[in-house]
Amino acid sequence: MATHFADSGAGGPDAQADVDASPLIYRTKLPVRIWHWINALSIFVMLMSGMMIFNAHPRLYWGQYGANLDTPWLVIDHRGTSGYLQVLGIEIPTTGVLGYAQGTANAFPPLVTIPSTYSLADARQWHFAFAWVLLISATLFMTYNIVSGHLRHDLVLKREERSLSHLWHDIKEHARLRFPTGEAARAYNPLQKIAYLGVLFVLIPVVILTGCTMSPTLNAAFPWLVELFGGRPSARSIHFLCATGFAGFITVHLLAVVLAGPFNELRSIITGWYRLPKERSK
Amino acid sequence: MSKDPNSGLILPAERPTSLVTRRNALIGGAGLLLAGCDQINASPTVKSVLSLGEQATHGAQRLVTDRNALAREFSRADMSPVFRENGNRNPGTPEYAALAANKFADWTLVVDGMVAQPLRISLAQMMAAPRRTQITRHDCVEGWSAIGEWSGVPLGLILRRAGMSGNAKYVVFHCADSTNGAPYYESIDMIDAFHPQTILATHMNGELLTVGHGAPLRLRVERQLGYKQAKYVMRVEAVASLEGIHGGGGGYWEDHRGYQWFAGI
Repeated sequence: MATHFADSGAGGPDAQADVDASPLIYRTKLPVRIWHWINALSIFVMLMSGMMIFNAHPRLYWGQYGANLDTPWLVIDHRGTSGYLQVLGIEIPTTGVLGYAQGTANAFPPLVTIPSTYSLADARQWHFAFAWVLLISATLFMTYNIVSGHLRHDLVLKREERSLSHLWHDIKEHARLRFPTGEAARAYNPLQKIAYLGVLFVLIPVVILTGCTMSPTLNAAFPWLVELFGGRPSARSIHFLCATGFAGFITVHLLAVVLAGPFNELRSIITGWYRLPKERSK
Repeated sequence: MSKDPNSGLILPAERPTSLVTRRNALIGGAGLLLAGCDQINASPTVKSVLSLGEQATHGAQRLVTDRNALAREFSRADMSPVFRENGNRNPGTPEYAALAANKFADWTLVVDGMVAQPLRISLAQMMAAPRRTQITRHDCVEGWSAIGEWSGVPLGLILRRAGMSGNAKYVVFHCADSTNGAPYYESIDMIDAFHPQTILATHMNGELLTVGHGAPLRLRVERQLGYKQAKYVMRVEAVASLEGIHGGGGGYWEDHRGYQWFAGI
């Protein structure tokens, strides 16, 4: 791992002028940065076109069948100009956000869908084109993770990080918004690693596999896959839950970037160079 | 899409002009963004790039799947309690009404195009032909699924009987229903046309097809989405190309709404 303790200015002058120079280090390698941005783009397109596809039938079911006359576990709908979300029989008013917003009666409003006006056909074109971007970039990145050792060295939790007391300490530090400083900031912290591993090993694989089970052609050829998820309507529900997981991850991820110092974090994910936050005086 | 974090904090009584300006700016900004996104969506270049994804999906699905793989068949216990009707629920033409009034005794299925022996098949002949019964899951493009039992004559059998030319590439299904004056039609390739589960169904759930479900004959092509399952089939045509047939897209939804011709996902 290339490390530079002297502030050589290789990352460009820091406008925030943290003059008493904690060192700039080369922390984020090129393949990680490239994948991050390709993946960010494809996840956003998938989420936004996915919400338009969901708008075509905004109900989710468990089991082997599920249509309008069957019982859904989740519904986003409207009565007149009142939108609501119904989950497991509990109804939550969501006018202006879900069900009815911006003067349109769609489950997800125009501001967050691709395209903005109802078109299942166009949304499917976007979704299935970017599904390839997601699939290919994730496969290449996973290969890189294993071959380069990024997975072993930077993502998998170190033995001492795996204890409950260590994790509990990390949770408390996060809750107090006290992020690692000095040498400790050189590596990802345990909660950060768990979040990234969750995206790489749970959300991305499950969302791709459940996406494949939406396909009647693939279901005929590989019937075990859809059965693994308990039927196509169940797989569709899990696909939606994965999408919710991505939305949750993005929210926390962006919040963490803002709290940890957006300039330094953005520089790191664009150029690779990261300024170690100064050691806190205890 | 960024939202001014302060806008919610200003009380309406305080600095009303500023609030209006901010809100207008927000709405205006969102409007511009949407307009921009929609312009991207409408661009022919973007459409053609995205259709590369569609071609890749079609190619990959044909590549990795066994062309004769059967869609899962369920038991009667697995069936949807109610199988909803979808799409056009009655062709509504005087000709169709007359056929229905006579229980389709005067109905005939025309089989023509690139065939050595064009056929006219009556409903009675369809009933007497060898048939296949299957309980399968119907997957609508919208996202819902329903399980039902279909019974009918394998399409491959009819095409062979008509002596279809080896140069034919597609089978087109012309239907009795139409939407806003545009007739419903669909088409499939020979891989699906000769698939054992591709049938022209006369029965659903053990009964003759109802008008709502496409009486007297509907296509079942079990490895594709619902809009390929043409109802009210009147004519089966073997062709070498889809060009020149209606809008040339190979189906009503393909022509009018830009749905993917290969509805394997």
